[in-house]
Amino acid sequence: MEWLYVLMPIAGVKIFWPGLIILGVGVGIIGGFFGMGGAWMVTPGLNILGFPMAFAIGTDIAHMAGKSLISTMRHGKFGNVDYKLGLIMLVGTVVGFEIGAQMVMWLERIGSVEKVVRWIYMALLAGIAWMVFHDVGKRKKLERAAAAKGEVLDDSVQGIDFASKLHKIHIPPMVHLKEAGIYCSAWLPIIVSFLTGWLAGILGIGGGLIRMPALIYLIGCPTHVAVGTDLFEVAISGLYGAATYTWKGRTELVAAMIMLVGAAMGAQVGAVATKYIKGYGIRIAFGLAVVGCAVSIFLKLIKPWLPGYGTMLDNASTTLVLGLVASMSIYIFMRMVAGAKRELAMKKNR
Amino acid sequence: MKAKLSRLWWSLMAMIVLCPGFALAAGGGNEAPIVIVADTRKLTGVLAWWANLYNESHLQFMLLTIVLIPVTGVVFGVIADLIMSRIGIDLKSKDLPGH
Repeated sequence: MEWLYVLMPIAGVKIFWPGLIILGVGVGIIGGFFGMGGAWMVTPGLNILGFPMAFAIGTDIAHMAGKSLISTMRHGKFGNVDYKLGLIMLVGTVVGFEIGAQMVMWLERIGSVEKVVRWIYMALLAGIAWMVFHDVGKRKKLERAAAAKGEVLDDSVQGIDFASKLHKIHIPPMVHLKEAGIYCSAWLPIIVSFLTGWLAGILGIGGGLIRMPALIYLIGCPTHVAVGTDLFEVAISGLYGAATYTWKGRTELVAAMIMLVGAAMGAQVGAVATKYIKGYGIRIAFGLAVVGCAVSIFLKLIKPWLPGYGTMLDNASTTLVLGLVASMSIYIFMRMVAGAKRELAMKKNR
Repeated sequence: MKAKLSRLWWSLMAMIVLCPGFALAAGGGNEAPIVIVADTRKLTGVLAWWANLYNESHLQFMLLTIVLIPVTGVVFGVIADLIMSRIGIDLKSKDLPGH
């Protein structure tokens, strides 16, 4: 079975390459569907495969850039990418991220910051999950009320709508974002991206998990456009990240390329699956992914209080994340297959 | 008011452009990073060339990375597209409207 292992030329370890492809397919499908890089899913996966941590982040970012790029192209063809919004947000994201990262270094000089950061992350994820499910709950209530009157609720009606209030703030320069269907002050996406970038910088994450709901709830993008535009940002920042991590000698390019074989194909499946699932379906699945991520972090947070169960909690966290990757990617794939079958049957009947 | 906001806008843009310069001028970028060297003794062929390139020049290795990664992504993404379009899936339009 030696042929199933490949020697990583830089890290100097032998890795089970089909595992890299399977992990790539899983995170590719989820990334293409939700519009995020998914570092929180990839790192435990690479760890399990025996990957040295020194190379995990760089390798993850490098594969992320490739899969997000092709996925952005696919979403772009569906009209799901607002390039203008993506470029405006890139400005705020970069500045916010740098300030956030500098703040962490400053906090580190004062004292231990890691625990605080993890608790902030937990609170943030809990807030996002609450917002998503509160939104879904309110929308369902409106649907029931409309059904009681014998009406069907319009697809554009949302449970939570902060964005339309924010659109009323007319501070110049004003911008028209065609794909997102928004006319607002340019300061709105800049400030929102600055805040999400700042949080991502403090938390040391890519930010897709925060930016995607921010695009929906604060900027007012339709869910599909939020997914596509977020991927556009991930592709650009991922390519920059891949360059800097490789410059620092922290990318195992062979592993990134093996993962990318699965991830690029998986990302296309995820992107096409959005064609068959309504915006609120994507929001519910996204909410569940956020809950999974929050629980995995919580398991790591309680470790110091339960020293006897340290290994068990670590294993539980990894199992949870990998189980989530497997179940979500299978669910998205099944929905895509069902949608494609329906589409093909309709074409045949025409 | 409009003029003030416009000034603020352009100041922000200038700050973004000049940010890396300010960071370097303030003494940033001087840290000594840990260097990891690839062990090429067990390697042959492409892998040996690859590891040597990494050891000799991180710049060339970086350039190779930022070319290979998008190319690999696009090649395999296009293969997935070809398979899906061969099955008969419409890859040009989405059907579902709504938020």
